[in-house]
Amino acid sequence: MKDEMSDESANAGMVGMAHEMADDRALAARAAGHGAAVAMPGAKPILEVDRLRMYFPVKSPGLFRRTVGQVQAVDGVSFQVAEATSLGLVGESGCGKSTTGRLITRLYKPTGGAIRFEGQDIADAKPAELKPLRREIQMIFQDPYTSLNPRQTVGSIVGAPLAIHKVLPKDKILPRVQELLEIVGLNPEHYNRYPHEFSGGQRQRIGIARALTLQPKLLVADEPVSALDVSIQAQVINLLQDIQNEFGVAFLFIAHDLAIVRHFCPEIAVMYLGKIVEIGDRDSIYSNAHHPYTQALLSAVPDVKQAASGSRIERIRLQGDVPSPIEPPSGCRFRTRCPIAQEICARHEPPLLQIGKRHKVACHFPGRLGQAPREPLTAGLLGVDSEGRPDPGASPSTDLVEQPGYADTWFDLDNKSIGRA
Amino acid sequence: MGSAAAPLLSVRELEVHFPTSDGLVKAVNGLTFDLEAGKTLGIVGESGSGKSVSSMAIMGLHRGTNAKISGEIVLDGVNLLDISAEEMRKKRGREVSMIFQDPLSAMHPYYTVGNQIAEAYRVHNDVSKKVAKQRAVEMLERVGIPNPDKRVNDYPHQFSGGMRQRAMIAMGLINDPNLLIADEPTTALDVTVQAQILDLLQDLQREFNSAVIIITHDLGVVAEMADDVLVMYAGRAVEHGPCKEILTHPEMPYTWGLLSSVPDLTGDTEARLIPIPGNPPSLLNPPPGCPFHPRCAHRDKVPGDLCRTELPLLVPGQRGETHTKRCHLPNPDAIYATEVLPEIAPDLAAGAAPTRAEEL
Repeated sequence: MKDEMSDESANAGMVGMAHEMADDRALAARAAGHGAAVAMPGAKPILEVDRLRMYFPVKSPGLFRRTVGQVQAVDGVSFQVAEATSLGLVGESGCGKSTTGRLITRLYKPTGGAIRFEGQDIADAKPAELKPLRREIQMIFQDPYTSLNPRQTVGSIVGAPLAIHKVLPKDKILPRVQELLEIVGLNPEHYNRYPHEFSGGQRQRIGIARALTLQPKLLVADEPVSALDVSIQAQVINLLQDIQNEFGVAFLFIAHDLAIVRHFCPEIAVMYLGKIVEIGDRDSIYSNAHHPYTQALLSAVPDVKQAASGSRIERIRLQGDVPSPIEPPSGCRFRTRCPIAQEICARHEPPLLQIGKRHKVACHFPGRLGQAPREPLTAGLLGVDSEGRPDPGASPSTDLVEQPGYADTWFDLDNKSIGRA
Repeated sequence: MGSAAAPLLSVRELEVHFPTSDGLVKAVNGLTFDLEAGKTLGIVGESGSGKSVSSMAIMGLHRGTNAKISGEIVLDGVNLLDISAEEMRKKRGREVSMIFQDPLSAMHPYYTVGNQIAEAYRVHNDVSKKVAKQRAVEMLERVGIPNPDKRVNDYPHQFSGGMRQRAMIAMGLINDPNLLIADEPTTALDVTVQAQILDLLQDLQREFNSAVIIITHDLGVVAEMADDVLVMYAGRAVEHGPCKEILTHPEMPYTWGLLSSVPDLTGDTEARLIPIPGNPPSLLNPPPGCPFHPRCAHRDKVPGDLCRTELPLLVPGQRGETHTKRCHLPNPDAIYATEVLPEIAPDLAAGAAPTRAEEL
């Protein structure tokens, strides 16, 4: 595992971050030589997702259900989750964020890529190998009404993992269940009640207690509060924060509410049509977004404070809807709705470039709102001219494969130079 | 309220009660408000606060059920609770129409979108099918559906969520109603599509000069859309006033709770959210006195047992006649400025303090 890690980080070194200017490329090459350290300050990653892909087959109707296409729900997603922290996954419906969560809990078997949990690749693990893994990775579901068995008491729902994994003898299960109910703020005496006797917020607490039963190291929370009333949402968010502080659980927090993700997660990945378009720490995403989609998402959130004080930033109007993931647009998948798309965007997919210490963006024209560069920044990297046609004079960078995590050198857009940690 | 012209819609002491086998569910109690043409009223509250039930009463959708409705709903001088079912049918869709939360279940899956929109037009206008369909195409184009002459023949499942909601809006506005009720129009939609729909509603409202009631639990949506805000809790209005006033100087602890329990995009991320403790009350046996008192963090500041024994009246607070609230607290403004605001928005509180000092 150790070897694998250092190998990874060597590859993750910044390579060829230059556009058409040759000295930029030289700078980048020099930087690549130094880029050897892991850029996860302090915390080591508990989960590393590497070029994860999930394609669902589309079958033809009729007797012979031939595969006629593929829904590219998740297409080459890479990220890391550090121990006892949270990564937020945001995006609109259909962007693949829930599928990613279900892949990591191995409710689906990925089409390709690696899911390394504590260094061990679980993407191809067999059911027997998965059982011990279930103790480490648990999931909290969105809908507290459909994710609890209505015929089981709360006690048997929360205690089932203990019995299945034979963690405790039968007579010790009940005290543990009551302890868990107390942790999530429910009355421990209510263990013999049924889910329908509880309100939505209380049911979500039952779901959280069930996920905590085996003391997992990673919790995948798929829209844990979106089905709840506003006043109850805050209760559940606070509970999840307490749990993280007390038990040191890492979270993959999947949500579409940008304000809640900002509140809960120090690190955020923005997904669009199965790909990560921008990933970074909280400040990079919320105060320094460089991808037009992230900027549009942020400007679309109705904000009480801004509206009350009258300092509303102009809303970016995105046209149309998210395209079908069966036939995603060529090149950059966001280009059909992008306000700054040009020809190169239809021809080439932008690589996920690191542009800050903890900030990566996948765009040919990355820049702050209204300050996007005129010329594509990625043309040199891809070995094409500014319109995306092959440029015989350019030497494309061969190492553009997206790595999870961050390198310790990056391309500084403001100074057109190499930034260093 | 203070205006000289008669309002378009005037609701007085509306009560909607449902007799059930467990007892009487008092879904709406003593609801009173006015709405002028061209204005937007935002009704905010949690599930079960009576916001949808009161809008359905305005639409006359409780007719034929065992709901007990009393009070007055006066639209353009006519009390909707007095007229016959047939007369209500003539108004529904023409003078008052509604946009529902989930457009997939609100549209008929067996009929094309165009058919359903044209039907809404033909019910109130004596025109041929062809003319009605032409009108449906025009409306689809107006709400921003691409290729409306082709999409008019699509079925609802062929539309995306945002397009379905646009089609619902087209259906709601095809007869140019004076009053449009939008019940959680964007809750089922993604943020970027939500922004499109809210923009569209605002444009159309300006064009048709309709009055709009927008029902939502999202204070952000209200902040962007509404002129006036009505906060409901347990079937009652607990705070009512101009939108900006309510959002900057709320006087009712429940409104404070709503504001403090949602994070925003600029606030301090270290700060904990302050939830409203407990759960919304049962409408079968609402708590005595102020219905919010079991969850209220400030009831100890009210002398005696007033909160538990006496229902506060909806009366103007310290901020003028237009801003009414239902609370016993004697000095809500001071409590909000010193105790609530510093917790939910330290930046605003810090900014507010010096100006106050200057005034002194």
